[in-house]
Amino acid sequence: MSVAEKYIGAKTPSKPETIYMLRLADNTLILGQRLSEMCGHAPEMELDIALTNISLDLIGQAKLLFEHILTLEDLAPNADVLAMTRPLEQYTNCLFVAQPNVDFAHIMLKQYLFSTMQKLQYEALLESRDETLAAIAEKSLKEIAYHIRFAKTWLLRLGDGTEESRTRMADALDCLWRFTGEMFVRDAGLADAVNAGLSTDFTQHYDGWTLEVESVFTEAGGLTPPETARMIMGGHQGQHDDNLGHILADMQFMQRSYPGLKW
Amino acid sequence: MYSTDLRTDKEKKSADQQILDDAELWDTFQARIDNGDTIEAKDAMPEKYRQTLTRQISQHAHSEIIGQLPEGNWVTRAPTLKRKLILLAKIQDEAGHGLYLYSAAETLGRSRDDMVADLLSGKAKYSTIFNYPTPTWADIGTIGWLVDGAAIVNQIPLCRCSYGPYARAMVRVCKEESFHQRQGYEIVTTLARGSAEQKAMAQDSLNRFWWPSLMMFGPSDSASTHSSQNMKWNIKRHSNDELRQRFIDATIPQAEFLGLTIPDPDLKWNEERGSYDHGDIDWDEFWAVIKDGGICGKDRIQARRAAAKDGVWVRAAAEAYAAKQSAKEQVA
Ligand SMILES: [Fe+2]
Ligand SMILES: [Fe+2]
Ligand SMILES: [Fe+2]
Repeated sequence: MSVAEKYIGAKTPSKPETIYMLRLADNTLILGQRLSEMCGHAPEMELDIALTNISLDLIGQAKLLFEHILTLEDLAPNADVLAMTRPLEQYTNCLFVAQPNVDFAHIMLKQYLFSTMQKLQYEALLESRDETLAAIAEKSLKEIAYHIRFAKTWLLRLGDGTEESRTRMADALDCLWRFTGEMFVRDAGLADAVNAGLSTDFTQHYDGWTLEVESVFTEAGGLTPPETARMIMGGHQGQHDDNLGHILADMQFMQRSYPGLKW
Repeated sequence: MYSTDLRTDKEKKSADQQILDDAELWDTFQARIDNGDTIEAKDAMPEKYRQTLTRQISQHAHSEIIGQLPEGNWVTRAPTLKRKLILLAKIQDEAGHGLYLYSAAETLGRSRDDMVADLLSGKAKYSTIFNYPTPTWADIGTIGWLVDGAAIVNQIPLCRCSYGPYARAMVRVCKEESFHQRQGYEIVTTLARGSAEQKAMAQDSLNRFWWPSLMMFGPSDSASTHSSQNMKWNIKRHSNDELRQRFIDATIPQAEFLGLTIPDPDLKWNEERGSYDHGDIDWDEFWAVIKDGGICGKDRIQARRAAAKDGVWVRAAAEAYAAKQSAKEQVA
């Protein structure tokens, strides 16, 4: 039997609810997966434990979301098939979460920017028509609060630490900032979710978020975001950069090599 | 085991020569041990006891930290979300064990930084089991089942060893190791009951890890000269062979239950002893891995060195930041 015949894939979501939730799930899955690359390799043993903890939280959040999606639309036989077998263009995470770890400055800045956005994104779910989703958001927000505290502490330490750490943090900001706009884009996926009563429009807080993170940058050794003529986007529409394929090559390795088996 | 004396004879002799302990202390100390007292960090102790324990506990700590790597090899490729979460949590536990054990070792006077420097320079040893590769997912199951299983057999007696901080660390560590052992066995069970491919994967992994797991208990008693003093001091309560036998007897029924074959043609039940007889262990392989690091030793150390190198600028930043903060507080 050929692999193609045995291949069990997931279907593309068709409801506003599942389309939007899949985006949320993919975001935390891919960021959690990225962070898990550091397991055993973090710059300090204590940091190893902390990063693994955050990775556990993120992948745990993704798992809850994937499982909930399947109760609303029959996209796959189980959450693992949904999470791990789709073709690249069907992943709808923003480009930001797939950015490489590079160094501890990148990792902490990425976490801080994502988690502060995620806080707003999940607070907008608390009044959701979908009570299960609201409950997932509420549970996740407790974890997110810790992620923000942890990442912010390190953002300040590295930004206002040594010359080297500040340079690294400035580099990270230079690399990552241009991907932040996509996290707050009010595209059709979000608009439909808002219309369906799934979420309120958290992108209305974009300006407030920008002010908040910029004030933290100022405190972190006077960092400033780079001049950005435009934000880079595409992930939500399945148009990814160089990173995701490599992430999926690892993540999908077993599901693709041995389709349809129980593990 | 993680804590087996892995020094060469030459290393052992020169350590012995450095030790000039006062005979009176040895006697009063031995009397306390014989009385079943627990020795605490601030108590008087023979220098040799201190050194032996420092070596043993730090080696155990190094093993926990290096032990993150063979399993970390599968974190990004774990087959399901649940397995990925369990694996991450297990590796996180192992890191916690490492930290906990370094703290226990530090109570004896050496700093964690010094001990880690010995690991990175190649001076300090760690369990040879972690120098074996993990090419397939089944290895994650096998490691939990056999490696954590062997660790438990070795460490349960240490929960009552004479040195308080080590004994207490072992109590906590053993609880988590038995959790890991069950999770590992569950992975192997799933494979053994799965497709022919999965079953073959489980068998292949058992074939590769069986003998190295037996080696975790250390050389045979006839070859291990250091055991008797450690037994007197109650930092070792059973011989290497006795613990190995205990592990074999506990593990064989578990393999049989899954229809897996132990890769030892000489293995057979000995009615008289009420125990399994097993074939000869290839001790040349064991000592060769200690010497050259086997297949993965160099990679393991490289990985830890790379992490330590990243740690330098991160730590410097944290210290500089803390200094700036306290300077600000003084001004205010
Ligand atoms: Fe452990
Ligand atoms: Fe252990
Ligand atoms: Fe363990």
